[in-house]
Amino acid sequence: MGITKKATILAAGLGLVTLCACGSSGGGESGDSRTVTLVSHDSWAASKEVIAAFEKESGYRVKVLKDGDAGQAVNKAILTKGNPQGDVLFGVDNTLLSRALDNGIFQPYEPKDAGRVAPESRADQGRHRVTPVDTGDVCVNYDKEWFSEHKLTPPASFDDLIKPEYRNLLVTENAATSSPGLGFLLGTAARYGDGWPEYWKKLKANGVKVVDGWEQAYNEEFSGSAAGRKARADRPLVVSYASSPPAEVIYADPRPATAPTGVASGTCFRQVEYAGLLSNAENPEGGKALLDFLIGKRFQEDLPLNMFVYPVRDDAKVPADFAKFGPQAKNPQTLDPEEIAGHRDEWVKSWTSLVLK
Amino acid sequence: MAGPVVFFALFFAYPVVAIVGRGLKDGDGWHLARIGQVLAESGVRHVLWFTTWQALVSTALTLLVALPGAYVFARLDFPGKQVLRAVVTVPFVLPTVVVGTAFLALAGRGGLLDEVWGVRLDTTVWAILLAHVFFNYAVVVRTVGGLWAQLDPRQEEAARMLGASRAAAWRTVTLPALAPAVAAAALMVFLFTFTSFGVVQILGGPTFATLEVEIYRQTADVFDLSTAAVLTMIQFVAVGAVLAVHAWTVRRRESALRLVDASLTARQPRGAGQWALLAGVLLTVAVLLVLPLAVLVERSLDAPGFASYRALADADSGVFLVPPIEAIGTSLQYAAAATVIAVVIGGLAATALTRRDAGRLVRGFDALLMLPLGVSAVTVGFGFLIALDEPPLDLRSSWILVPLAQALVGVPFVVRTMLPVLRAVDTRLREAAAVLGASPWRVWREVDLPLVRRALLVAAGFAFAVSLGEFGATVFIARPDNPTLPVAVARLLGRPGETNYGQAMALSTILMVVCAVALLVLERLRTDRTGEF
Repeated sequence: MGITKKATILAAGLGLVTLCACGSSGGGESGDSRTVTLVSHDSWAASKEVIAAFEKESGYRVKVLKDGDAGQAVNKAILTKGNPQGDVLFGVDNTLLSRALDNGIFQPYEPKDAGRVAPESRADQGRHRVTPVDTGDVCVNYDKEWFSEHKLTPPASFDDLIKPEYRNLLVTENAATSSPGLGFLLGTAARYGDGWPEYWKKLKANGVKVVDGWEQAYNEEFSGSAAGRKARADRPLVVSYASSPPAEVIYADPRPATAPTGVASGTCFRQVEYAGLLSNAENPEGGKALLDFLIGKRFQEDLPLNMFVYPVRDDAKVPADFAKFGPQAKNPQTLDPEEIAGHRDEWVKSWTSLVLK
Repeated sequence: MAGPVVFFALFFAYPVVAIVGRGLKDGDGWHLARIGQVLAESGVRHVLWFTTWQALVSTALTLLVALPGAYVFARLDFPGKQVLRAVVTVPFVLPTVVVGTAFLALAGRGGLLDEVWGVRLDTTVWAILLAHVFFNYAVVVRTVGGLWAQLDPRQEEAARMLGASRAAAWRTVTLPALAPAVAAAALMVFLFTFTSFGVVQILGGPTFATLEVEIYRQTADVFDLSTAAVLTMIQFVAVGAVLAVHAWTVRRRESALRLVDASLTARQPRGAGQWALLAGVLLTVAVLLVLPLAVLVERSLDAPGFASYRALADADSGVFLVPPIEAIGTSLQYAAAATVIAVVIGGLAATALTRRDAGRLVRGFDALLMLPLGVSAVTVGFGFLIALDEPPLDLRSSWILVPLAQALVGVPFVVRTMLPVLRAVDTRLREAAAVLGASPWRVWREVDLPLVRRALLVAAGFAFAVSLGEFGATVFIARPDNPTLPVAVARLLGRPGETNYGQAMALSTILMVVCAVALLVLERLRTDRTGEF
């Protein structure tokens, strides 16, 4: 009857809309070897001029797809392995590297300047499926004002955090769902080895608070952040990044002379972020050029103020502002990616039942 | 019928089946033993139990708090009523990232409850329950209040005249008439709280998890797709059962009720009792709903000289490739596209469902249309990613994916709004027109359309507001060069630093205002027989 007819017309109309949509997007990327697509996580940022310079030199147009947080970006890359969304994936860190490699989402490529990468950041040496791009440290941050008001020395190490004077002061993230939360757990595992559950028992007894994500911990619970001050947060210690203090300066208006927060230097865990050429990439040549660019000097020096991380290149200069407010951790805890791969799930499981239940 | 069926098959059933299938397929064979294993885990049973009881308690609390509100909005006249009715609906369409922050300002540390009584509810289950009341207040006020306003008060008056006490008249006349609407509202609230995600995640901390939260963790964080698939199926069955009950009560409600124009039943409050009731409801609304929203506005204005707002136009923030302010335009465009899709699909479905000869199958489709409300957004988002990746349906990197996902959520609202009105159109009008030689298209244009025009506009408004606030599926598919408002807010909140936070609050405020304006326009258009939202 009339309804079926109308339905047909509208279905046809809808189909048309869909087709147009295909057309408008399809023309832009598929089959166009002049476009190279970078898949990354939400924290991706780069200066326009730096990207423009790459586009001019290489002749490729860069398209960026931000795909959730680091874990989600990797998971999506695994799901779409046969038909990836882009050519290069950036943002796999050492805590997730094994998941990416085991699922075979990358194909080998050794970029031009691979030799300039600081040796401690290198991984997958024999096969070159991933290229290190930057490093960052997960560290406990403290609220300077709170500690000076209470005439207390801020903690400096993992051992300090279980001392009675720091009772009920620390907030951290769920290791099962949050990247810094997992980093902090791995830091304790690196520091105490098999004794980490004992350490966490003491930390729990000392009143550590666990929330689900970094946003809640940093913006709602930590008294030192701009948002936390507004929310009248009452925990002066938070698990965040070594780069959070410079961000508190750079993103403040007017900028304070010193950062309102500091880093407990002995509580850091080193995260390394990798990029790799995706298997079945549509534009492998463009992807290779992009990987060269990611560890090129220009991009490496642009990194710190955009993504708040440190470059992996030994000759890249770090902007003075950045180095001043957020010096890189001296002796961070590190774990071999294989070590992480072998134990991550088991550790997270026992951590969950130990701390959350 | 064909249009909506194709739409749902392609953009809902197919992606969801694809992702669930991926989780349960082991090499070549199906891995169905996994279902039993997952169900046997005590953690999973715990989640199922928590999901159910918190939904039941939230529903009871919401009814308790919102039913007086439904009465006041239905039967009493007071200045500012229309604006207030729009305001109480704002939380319902705001993304939960924003609402979570706002709600912490009420019930968290240093919040109003803390200041006045020293009560802190964050990370207790009370925060979740209260936030559910905050979210779903409007569902009850609109569903029950909408019907209450149209009940003929003369029936109750007649009962009193015949000697019934006030209580007896209410119990024997008004309550039975309202009961189906209350039941329908309760079921909707139950459905929304049963599948609650953002509220539980933000306010509950890591110790509380609903099925929806657990599905998200298993899919996006742990990447255990088989567990996620089993959980999705459990939720699917539970939601299906709830929807079946809902469909049944809605149908019962549409049976004979004598309705009158809402404007005839409302009057000035009289007597101390009604004034007290009005004051009580207004106070509840002020504390529970307006205050958390006001906190957002206040925080957005913290930086002097509207700095947070001015920073939105700055292209070099680093967080996005475009000035955040452009998210407004993107959001409006996506929402407009989603609205068109939702109205077309929903309108077609509602028309098909109204037909006299609609069989059991078609009526079953009514309940099916509601299912997207009960399926985890992460499931749909990941499903889109693996299902719609090949020609002729290679939509993965297309902008249309976002409006499509949003329309999935909008369609149920359109159907629920249109259905009662379409069912009220006298079939004889259509028949008469047809007898006089009008083509079916012309019958629809000249008989149905003028009668349902306003309902159509209301439905469009709802679809618009809902897709404006949709976050779950959008966050999975929105592209970085054009984030929507909720996605932009979430990204800004994910970075340290004062100006980022200020901008997040400013964008939230803008989102709120856009939502409120859309809803206010709706209020002006409220039809005589709009549905239950």
